[in-house]
Amino acid sequence: MTDFSLWDILRNLLMALRWTVVLSLIAFVGGGIVGALLLFLRMRGGKIANKAVGLYVQLFQGTPLLMQLFLAYFGIALFGIDVSAWTAASVALTLYTSAFLTEIWRGCVASIPKGQWEASGSLALSFGEQMRHVILPQAVKIAIAPTVGFLVQVIKGTALASVIGFVELTKAGSMISNATFKPFVVFSCVALLYFVLCFPVSLYAKNLERKTHGRRA
Amino acid sequence: MNIEFDFGAVLAEWPLLLRGVAWTIGLTAVGTVLGMIVGTFCAWARSGGPRWLRLIVGTYVELIRNTPFIVQLFFIFFGLPAAGVKLSPEVASVIAMVMNLGAYSTEIIRAGIEATPKGQIEAAVSLALSKAQVFLRVVLPPALKKVWPAMVSQIIIVMLGSAVCGQISTEELSYAANLIQSRNFRAFEAFIVATLIYLALSVALRRLLDWAGPKFFFGR
Repeated sequence: MTDFSLWDILRNLLMALRWTVVLSLIAFVGGGIVGALLLFLRMRGGKIANKAVGLYVQLFQGTPLLMQLFLAYFGIALFGIDVSAWTAASVALTLYTSAFLTEIWRGCVASIPKGQWEASGSLALSFGEQMRHVILPQAVKIAIAPTVGFLVQVIKGTALASVIGFVELTKAGSMISNATFKPFVVFSCVALLYFVLCFPVSLYAKNLERKTHGRRA
Repeated sequence: MNIEFDFGAVLAEWPLLLRGVAWTIGLTAVGTVLGMIVGTFCAWARSGGPRWLRLIVGTYVELIRNTPFIVQLFFIFFGLPAAGVKLSPEVASVIAMVMNLGAYSTEIIRAGIEATPKGQIEAAVSLALSKAQVFLRVVLPPALKKVWPAMVSQIIIVMLGSAVCGQISTEELSYAANLIQSRNFRAFEAFIVATLIYLALSVALRRLLDWAGPKFFFGR
């Protein structure tokens, strides 16, 4: 057996870290797009759409991400489509992220005072114009901090994709630990790499939050 | 295309599912109680403790909050034995859940503590209450009351996160679902059933905690 040095372990983990980052970006961008569509649907689609989106959000927030991943993995396969871990993980994480983001953003839009809607409505702006010129510029400012904060949850969520066989940081860690019989070192490194990835994002989110709150005060 | 479901085959294994649910509830209960005790202690340490303790607690909180639960679990279950600490899957799961909720509840409870008006503490001190009495009777109850909704959400997140514990063969609900699908190959049905049970559990848990918080922790 070849001996694995600490550097070998780290190098292999770093290679796998790429896929954690890529999967996080897919989930975040995909989730953002779906989330924005859902938010729009919720605001303009009437009562039924509002209820349906609410149910969708509760479904994803009230069940484990792990189960969602399994369901995506086996659910897509039911339609006779050959699913790779890539597809299943991307689909599940995108849907999961969209549910949380649409809820976060709904809160931000709802926090814009009613008078802003009324005032812009009385200027004969259409819904689209109201959104674009009055509501969104304010809501986006409030939304940035919690959205960045949620990115940390997405990054951590990708770790679960290891369970359906997606080789990202956690899965690579398990594999290397099995090969080297050094689980303590390997999982310490895995945790450290996640920390290095997530901590700056957390700090940035905290900073942004301080700024938004400062501005309002 | 013809998709046939067979939920009967999954529901026939109800004793397994029931056992899984019992384990999930048990893990959550122990994790919640111990996690909140850890969180309360750390919140106290972080807002009023000595400097070195603040640093340790701060590191703990940031480390846990910025790494995935599954990695923490694997570190405890696979990593620690290499350092001489051998744990059963159940014990490892509980430790991971307690540490996880402990870190998140530290931040939640601290936010409540720091919102306590100074006058309250001064008034309590002037009544000759000891430091511990001031914290436990004057500061903590209103702090918990303020942050209870956030606390409840976090406890539910930890309950849902316990699904991962099946990966180290703790026999909770997701483990049961996995076992069932390996017996009858009804994977999709097994996970749908498990997911719906989780959904029901999270709704029930929210109701329970919304009721129990005011009743036991901070009064109306």
